[in-house]
Amino acid sequence: MMTPYESTFTLGEVTEAEPCCVPVPHLVVRDLSVAYAERHVLEKVSLDIYRGCITALIGPSGCGKTSFLASLNRLTDLIPTARVDGSILYEGQDILSQSVDTLGLRRSIGMIFQKPNPFPLSIRRNLELPLREHGHRNRRILDEKIERALTDVGLWEEVKDRLDSTALALSGGQQQRLCIARALVLDPDILLMDEPCSALDPISSSVVEELIIRLRSRYTVVIVTHNLAQAKRIANYAAFFWMKEQVGKLIEFGQCQRLFEAPIHGLTAAYVSGAKG
Amino acid sequence: MAERLFTSVIWLSTALVVAMLLWILGDLAYQGMPHLSLNFLLSEPMSAGRSGGIGPILVSTLLIIAVTLLSALPLGLAAAIWLAEFTNRGSAVGNGVRLCLDVLAGIPSIVFGLFGNAFFSIFLGLGFSILSGGLTLACMILPVFIRTCEIGVSSVNDAWRKGAAALGMTRSAAVWHILLPAASPAIVAGLILGIGRATAETAALIFTSGYVDRMPGSLLDSGRALAVHIYDLSMNVTGGDPAAHASALVLLVLIMLLNLLAQGLSDRWLQRRLSV
Repeated sequence: MMTPYESTFTLGEVTEAEPCCVPVPHLVVRDLSVAYAERHVLEKVSLDIYRGCITALIGPSGCGKTSFLASLNRLTDLIPTARVDGSILYEGQDILSQSVDTLGLRRSIGMIFQKPNPFPLSIRRNLELPLREHGHRNRRILDEKIERALTDVGLWEEVKDRLDSTALALSGGQQQRLCIARALVLDPDILLMDEPCSALDPISSSVVEELIIRLRSRYTVVIVTHNLAQAKRIANYAAFFWMKEQVGKLIEFGQCQRLFEAPIHGLTAAYVSGAKG
Repeated sequence: MAERLFTSVIWLSTALVVAMLLWILGDLAYQGMPHLSLNFLLSEPMSAGRSGGIGPILVSTLLIIAVTLLSALPLGLAAAIWLAEFTNRGSAVGNGVRLCLDVLAGIPSIVFGLFGNAFFSIFLGLGFSILSGGLTLACMILPVFIRTCEIGVSSVNDAWRKGAAALGMTRSAAVWHILLPAASPAIVAGLILGIGRATAETAALIFTSGYVDRMPGSLLDSGRALAVHIYDLSMNVTGGDPAAHASALVLLVLIMLLNLLAQGLSDRWLQRRLSV
């Protein structure tokens, strides 16, 4: 049987994915298993997340992609019954170790959720709150950072005159971009995205997708998506998860184009061709 | 046919309830209004309340409510947050506390009065005082207040909790900046229920704050609450009915004003949270 972790590839293969050329691991995941109470949802996943690249996690619902994502910034801690085993190396430290400062970790590894979740506060306060939480008090710096983050997500022109009105009045796509800005405002290294476009209409979805592509060179992005076409369009690397014997497993990992055009594993071939899943 | 019967029963029941309420209000206004004047609100009661006014009683009532709210609000909110955010779903301790609160909520106020008398007045040596009365009322309204707030806090959209955690915000920051403002409608509802119960309470106060109708000099003085005054006038004082009606009218207006105040203050607080 072939190992699910495909580590051999050559630089020459990277053709489409331009901004990402030198594959330097940013996160090194080894033997990651996740269980809720006694139910195992993910077993022994090992893969590298490369710096400055977009890694897409694909596969059918319930195969552990979201659990994998949530482990990367220890958001699994919020679920009292969750147990995460294995190791995730980030800047020479195991994220899963008990001594890790999770607040600082989540500041460096931001997360965007499937449904936009702006706080029921003003647009400004949505961005200011995390900044203040992490010790920024200076009004001028706060305003600067807020403007930069909103500009980065292309929202500044749209909202600059109503920063003090509620964020809940924004459209779905604007809300999602605000949530991305809220993560960016903390200057993270890595962005985790859990199907960030799936709750949006097609136009908002494509705006957010373009934004993710623009962010690629500056941040490492890990994105869960059910939209294979989207994965193909934006990702440099893809990881295919599948449920085997009721447990989510990593079937194949590799360069995105290669995985779609010449999958090694039969399951991957069936899934990406639409025959399965 | 059945449909029409159903509709008429619903209409009739509603009409009946509203009519009862209007009757009480109308009767109070009709009988109480003639006796009501600025002088009545400000002056001391005379001849056991038959004449004179309710000045000191109004002051005592407000002081008792102030003690009640100032002690119940922080305690209640803290307990509600603990129940909603710091106990795991289905945990034995949490469920035990909830069960206790639900039982306490159903206990007659006179029992709280006797407890307050034994604990605050005698054991803590506060005697018959506004402090004893206010703290006893706080015990009385806490169970319902805590449960209302708890339900309010725990029904706040979970996506905001996750969002806050994903931004590296502490749990206390999430509670203070996001969960409490979002739960404020429920908190205000609980507060209004509590204010209503506390302001209208008689039995629990007879044993704790007493019924001295002089102007209280401090929180350790005995003070007669409006509800106690009404009870006394209508049960023990012959010829006290006109003053009782007027006092009842004042009590109703007072409760309405307090509710409006609670609503207004929370709206302003929310407004401040929203912008800044």
